[in-house]
Amino acid sequence: MSGPQDPTGAEIVIRALKDHGVRHIFGYPGGAVLPIYDALFQDEGIEHILVRHEQGATHAAEGYARSTGKPGVVLVTSGPGATNAVTGLTDALMDSIPLVCITGQVPTHLIGMDAFQEADTVGITRPCTKHNWLVRDVRDLPRIMHEAFYIATTGRPGPVVIDIPKDVQFKRAPYVGPSNIKHKTYQPRVKGDLKKIEQAVEMIAAAKRPVFYTGGGVINSGPLATQLLREFVRTTGYPITSTLMGLGAYPASDKQWLGMLGMHGTYEANLAMHGCDLMIAIGSRFDDRVTGRLDAFSPNSKKIHVDIDPSSINKNVRADVGIVGDCAFVLEDMIRLWKAKQLKPDRSALSAWNMQIDGWRARNCLAYKQSTDVIKPQYAIERLYELTKGRDTYISTEVGQHQMWAAQFYRFEEPKRWMTSGGLGTMGYGLPAAVGIQVAHPGSLVIDIAGEASVQMTMQEISTAVQFDLPIKIFILNNRYMGMVRQWQQLLHGGRYSHSYSEALPDFVKLAEAYGAVGIRATKPDELDDKIKDMISVNRPVLFDCVVDQNENCFPMIPSGAAHNEMILGDAANDPAVTEAGKVMV
Amino acid sequence: MSKQPGSAYFLVDTKAKEIRTTLSVLVDNEAGVLARVIGLFSGRGYNIESLTVAEVDHLDHTSRITIVTSGTPEVLEQIRHQLERLVPVHKVVDLSTETPGIEREMALIKVAGAGEKRVEAMRLSEVFRARILDTTHSSFVFELTGSQQKIDAFVDLMKPLGLVEVSRTGVVAISRGAEAM
Repeated sequence: MSGPQDPTGAEIVIRALKDHGVRHIFGYPGGAVLPIYDALFQDEGIEHILVRHEQGATHAAEGYARSTGKPGVVLVTSGPGATNAVTGLTDALMDSIPLVCITGQVPTHLIGMDAFQEADTVGITRPCTKHNWLVRDVRDLPRIMHEAFYIATTGRPGPVVIDIPKDVQFKRAPYVGPSNIKHKTYQPRVKGDLKKIEQAVEMIAAAKRPVFYTGGGVINSGPLATQLLREFVRTTGYPITSTLMGLGAYPASDKQWLGMLGMHGTYEANLAMHGCDLMIAIGSRFDDRVTGRLDAFSPNSKKIHVDIDPSSINKNVRADVGIVGDCAFVLEDMIRLWKAKQLKPDRSALSAWNMQIDGWRARNCLAYKQSTDVIKPQYAIERLYELTKGRDTYISTEVGQHQMWAAQFYRFEEPKRWMTSGGLGTMGYGLPAAVGIQVAHPGSLVIDIAGEASVQMTMQEISTAVQFDLPIKIFILNNRYMGMVRQWQQLLHGGRYSHSYSEALPDFVKLAEAYGAVGIRATKPDELDDKIKDMISVNRPVLFDCVVDQNENCFPMIPSGAAHNEMILGDAANDPAVTEAGKVMV
Repeated sequence: MSKQPGSAYFLVDTKAKEIRTTLSVLVDNEAGVLARVIGLFSGRGYNIESLTVAEVDHLDHTSRITIVTSGTPEVLEQIRHQLERLVPVHKVVDLSTETPGIEREMALIKVAGAGEKRVEAMRLSEVFRARILDTTHSSFVFELTGSQQKIDAFVDLMKPLGLVEVSRTGVVAISRGAEAM
């Protein structure tokens, strides 16, 4: 039974958040969450970051989560508050980011009556969350709050939604703490099957042309997984590539590193994947942007696939050995068994394989034609990297060409430093993500590498950055086009540039000033370094309008459902074989 | 490449052989659980040939969903894993390929007519061991339990005899032998 001394539903929410160590939440108030905002007002322990649009709250929480490893928390109202959060929830589901999103709902007696700001939030968010709840009884609220954090953060992480009607926020019930959460049906498996791991390590030792192919799962698993991956890769001496989501798990400066793979991955990474005899996939999910044409994907290899989600194994590509488990646990077992069995790689085969890879590297697939009049976007990222690499830097991106150039030219040495929308490809992700990252890391340098089209989708969050003194740097590669759309139209649609040119761009410098931020513009290569230094030295939010070559394409590229060995390279790459022939394939 | 201009997706028509299978899914009987299961099938483009659901344990709040679906072996493996990912799902068992199961379906079949046709309908219902649940001078409602094929056959036979309408439960299934799912 509940009494007047018991907390209200709103107070239960705040207490549960604090019990789960939540320090920051991203949100936007509205009628159906006012009781929770009231409880928040009377509480000192949690800082609320007021965004300008609920989508911004979800991306900020994603940036916060990915850069810390802790769940991001979102608080929005019913109806439009919840529907605006849907993009960010879907993004978090695709990229396995732990989010706890609390939505207000109309009072229980009004549900189904088409009440003001009513939406079927659990219905709408069911396919874009890992799980969701509508709390009809305040007595269930403490349990649901704890379950929500447990489900969001364990197994394959993901977003959850707790929809709380306004009357439930007012009602009272005893608070129960989060001890010993054990769910009766949800019990993710973390330890891999030892027999399969044993089989895997023997295959790894016997391989002649092996390659590690790792993904975001290694980063999600935590620092131990990264450390063990590095140890195992160095022990074997095998080459390693990674997905967009996995960048930073293995240091880009290491000689075994091949660069990113996939549609805009490096020549050496994709050809190593195509030509390998053993693929060791860890925390990666054989996304179509990685595999290209499936029936020609790495045709002569055995595949070992380690993933915490059983449904990822054999989904797109058949695994010869599929190991369900957390990367850290599986890698630990792999290293232990490797040592116990005193396994050694085949040195002579490996050196022949490395020679072949070095031949591919010599193509210098990321080469581009430098210019003295106009800033090349690749050059801008290279300079940004050189001028920030010694610092405590976090990078987020929007989606498109600039994102791929950032992945190719910014070199990540550590995990959780690279935040990008991979699975969903959400334009407008990067700016609010930077807000969230900066909240989590107040003293660090946080840069959103952006495009002028993407950044306008969530531009209003610069106002959030100004309000909360978050000195994020928005580095816009401004080519006046939706660059990736223009590139595809050029390569795949006969140069018909249908609606991909921005006829009316704002003056980003004046826009920054209007928001109370700092605007900087660079138009010439020789002024770029000084302007970037200016940007870094300003301790305020900056919109950096980097005016770049309008017609630059992002290469290498695997075109139109082609295979890894059918990449097109840019004109500047050393590529005697794939020039005219490559263009015909498009 | 010329076969698929303008797309970076791998576009191909796969004509792999589809097999039919019956899945038994034990779930927590909580609000929205059926919507989660159905949404999974529609969202990922899986087939549902029939689906039945009812609470099977009132104290434990568990329901059992029986789904008849079809797909390539790869798709069926995915369906199973995707079902297992749903938080309220306890267990998924494939009663066609994994453990041998028994399937039954029940149908209520309304037939209206007079004279010879009425007699013939009645005679055939005895052959099929259907029960008569309701009768008037011009109609019957039959109850028939059996395999899907048996019900299909009976319904076909009733068509020329004055079939009015059919209501079917869809397949329920359980494994053979002493073990629970």
